Amino acid sequence: MTAAEQYVAAAYLVVFVVVLLYVLIIAAKLQRLEQSIQDLTVAGEAASDEPAREPPRPSASQQGQLGAVEAHLS
Amino acid sequence: MEGTLRSVMHSQRPRLTLSACLALVLVGAAVALIAYYAPEDADQGLSQKIFYFHVPIALTAYACFGWAAWKAFRHLSRRQAGADLESYVAVHIGVIFGVLTLATGSIWARISWGVWWTWGSDQLVLFLVLFLFYCAYMMLRFSVADGPQRANLCAVYALFGVVLIPVSFFAIRLSQDFIHPVVFNQHGPQMAGSMLLTLCVAYAALLALASTLYRIEVAGKRIEKRLRELKELRA
Repeated sequence: MTAAEQYVAAAYLVVFVVVLLYVLIIAAKLQRLEQSIQDLTVAGEAASDEPAREPPRPSASQQGQLGAVEAHLS
Repeated sequence: MEGTLRSVMHSQRPRLTLSACLALVLVGAAVALIAYYAPEDADQGLSQKIFYFHVPIALTAYACFGWAAWKAFRHLSRRQAGADLESYVAVHIGVIFGVLTLATGSIWARISWGVWWTWGSDQLVLFLVLFLFYCAYMMLRFSVADGPQRANLCAVYALFGVVLIPVSFFAIRLSQDFIHPVVFNQHGPQMAGSMLLTLCVAYAALLALASTLYRIEVAGKRIEKRLRELKELRA
């Protein structure tokens, strides 16, 4: 291999390696994004599967007060 | 939530696939033309084959910086949504092509002139200034907090930078620089038709490659932004 051939091969190799590295970095980033989307989807599904919360029941004293109000109104 | 992200990804897919296929075909065609069709240069011999990638890479870097300036202008004049992000990605791709221009040019200089770099050539120094200017754009972008202020600052910077492109391109033609060869002068391209065809195909290939990388990067950045917003909403 002559010196000229070596330099030409080196120049083309540099272009190839830089583009390849860039594509690999982008691929890794997209994989990470896909994982994040999956995590969010799982979290969203888990949240939608949870039963709706019941409103808190009034305590005994509050029930007594409510009864008194109702009796007064009636 | 998932549907929004899927729509972002699906809207980009057909054009992205087309762009990637075009880039692949054109790069393959360019390599074949360089290897088997383009004749060896009478003066420089085989080392001149670096020219077919070195010049289109430099021109693609200019195109990226020009596109970044156009998007910056759209951001400043019309407040186009996403123009700031697109301008940044164009600068990013342009800087990568700038690195490739300097690397391939340096290898070519070593075999043609016997040195890796010479400060005596205006073309080289001006391209280095242009490259460093856009490297500083990155520093500016990452030193200001995300928001409208950063977008405006970066847009103004990208618009100023585009002025350096014609300076870099024409300065060599106006100055008395005999080190760096000039193949396109006022009499047209100074090369054989087969060489010009190979150069044009290589330029088309690199533009297609840059366009594909740009689309991928923009799509990725948009998805990343939406994800960040969704995570903030959930928190």
